[in-house]
Amino acid sequence: MPSNKSVSDAPIVQFTNCRILRDHQLQREDLWVREGKILNPEKLFFDEKGSADVQLDCKDSIIAPGFIDVQINGGFGVDFSLATDDFKSGIDLVSQKILSHGVTSFCPTLVTSPPSVYHQVLPQINVRNGGAHGAGILGAHLEGPFISKEKKGAHPEHCLRTFEAGAFQDLLATYGSLDCVQIVTLAPEMRRSSEVIQELTKRGICVSLGHSVANLSQAEEAVQHGATFITHLFNAMLPFHHRDPGIVGLLTSDKIPAGRRVFYGMISDGIHTNPAALRIAHRAHPKGLVLVTDAIAGMGLAPGRHTLGQQVVEIDGLNTYIAGTKTLSGSVATMDTCVRHFQEATGCSVETALEVASLHPAQLLGIEHKKGTLNYDSDADFLMLNDSLYVQATYIAGEEVWRQDVSGM
Amino acid sequence: MKLIILENYSQASEWAAKYIRNRIVQFGPGPGRFFTLGLPTGLPKDHPESYHSFMWNNFFKHIDISPENVHILDGNAPDLQAECDAFEEKIKAAGGIELFVGGIGPDGHIAFNEPGSSLVSRTRVKTLAMDTILANARFFDGDLSKVPTMALTVGVGTVMDAREVMILITGAHKAFALYKAIEDGVNHMWTVSAFQQHPNTVFVCDEDATLELKVKTVKYFKGLMLVHNKLVEPLYSMKEMGAERSQPKKPYSD
Repeated sequence: MPSNKSVSDAPIVQFTNCRILRDHQLQREDLWVREGKILNPEKLFFDEKGSADVQLDCKDSIIAPGFIDVQINGGFGVDFSLATDDFKSGIDLVSQKILSHGVTSFCPTLVTSPPSVYHQVLPQINVRNGGAHGAGILGAHLEGPFISKEKKGAHPEHCLRTFEAGAFQDLLATYGSLDCVQIVTLAPEMRRSSEVIQELTKRGICVSLGHSVANLSQAEEAVQHGATFITHLFNAMLPFHHRDPGIVGLLTSDKIPAGRRVFYGMISDGIHTNPAALRIAHRAHPKGLVLVTDAIAGMGLAPGRHTLGQQVVEIDGLNTYIAGTKTLSGSVATMDTCVRHFQEATGCSVETALEVASLHPAQLLGIEHKKGTLNYDSDADFLMLNDSLYVQATYIAGEEVWRQDVSGM
Repeated sequence: MKLIILENYSQASEWAAKYIRNRIVQFGPGPGRFFTLGLPTGLPKDHPESYHSFMWNNFFKHIDISPENVHILDGNAPDLQAECDAFEEKIKAAGGIELFVGGIGPDGHIAFNEPGSSLVSRTRVKTLAMDTILANARFFDGDLSKVPTMALTVGVGTVMDAREVMILITGAHKAFALYKAIEDGVNHMWTVSAFQQHPNTVFVCDEDATLELKVKTVKYFKGLMLVHNKLVEPLYSMKEMGAERSQPKKPYSD
């Protein structure tokens, strides 16, 4: 039918026969897309008197916003903490491969490394939109080196640092540049952390607490200075104690500044956290839960040995340990398996399982006006999934960038 | 008039839908214009309770109508009376209304022609009666101050000009209005009674809406259902339209 569009001549695509995640519910509605953004069909109809150019039958799929992974160390043989010559092609490879896991935006994560690594690698990470080439890069997540020795986990001890001498200047000198940095994980009990947290927050960088032995008041103080995230809750922090809940206590703390929300990452691969602990956290503070993969280079590859920055890790099934130890180091989980495992373990609704991987990370990074939802005028980054939450197709800016092979690989 | 009595809301809706479908097919696809009746003033188009939103969500988004063929009175037009006059002109230009479909209020109003509206009125701005405002409060979270007090509406005269009128009346709360509409006299306090003087009116209702009618009336019209059902069976389709053209337009008339 002839369309008479007064605003733009760009083609309009109408996705029909689907259930879309909107306003926290799966609604039987069509999804309209124009110029890479979600379009309001009512406005199109009445104001522009326009109609769709192409109609696609989604065969009753679920359409959800694309997943956002804010903690991923690498995959498919690529390690973001290794300053190799072909670093750029490595990041491109990962960003392209994770499309099949439903990830449309991510934060490449660097574990504790010597300053030389940061100085070489960070300038090669650029914030960029996703597309057929791969998922969008939102910015780097720097996990360390300003973390606690006692809770270093898989991070190399000889690279740990403090900033008690020069506070923020020390941090800047270590990293070299903060231009494309989105998140920094640090241990708030370190001296002068408040100044650092304030300075980072002022620059729009999300501060996350992790690999720390902080008690609850130290954690609350950090939040008051601007921290908004907890890195892989329960892992690499003091366990919950009923007289000092530690960082875990932030989930139900009453000292959080008004209007702010503390988010917390969880690796729901069935290994990093016992499902019962996952449920306790989810029930205590459902709106703050953010699924992360914490995937390492070995993700997507056969079991065996791989690197994680300065360390060697051994993969055995779903378990990833520092070679020769029982220290967990990252995971080989993919985002979509995390979503499915989360839904199964908590018994939550499909809507919730999808939101903890899309809406909540977008809210954490303050980008929910354009990512993480299917609201009108948002970026058209979305997924088609079947009822068991297996990704059938991935779209970025309204273009199909990955589709499940029909032969069922 | 034809009074079609079905058992309940769903059946009444289905009968009406089939009838409208047959009428559309008989009318032929051609220019096929579509007008909507009335719009409360002051609500922005994208307000969830505006007629634009109502029509979009309940009708337009489910069909393939061309947006140019949709004419809804704009309650936010700078000159409301000019908007109403233009609406009347558009109806004339389209060749007049072939079939008008509407409901009635508990006070017997058709469109927003409240009690006391002239039976020869045209499209204009109307102040709403308290009854109507109360009835609409449910769309505004029960907050009376949020309910619009004025509306643009087609007039009784405008609807009388249509070649056929169909009124849908369901529910016990409409029963008294239906009684006043068809068993009492023509009266501007119950504006829908004006259709007693229209040559082609169909009232579709459910059992509950007949609660205030005389048993004699109800029995009479129920007895006619065999004949009335011929209007919805067979169900015509656009593909068969060519073959059906040779058949008379209506199986019988009043």
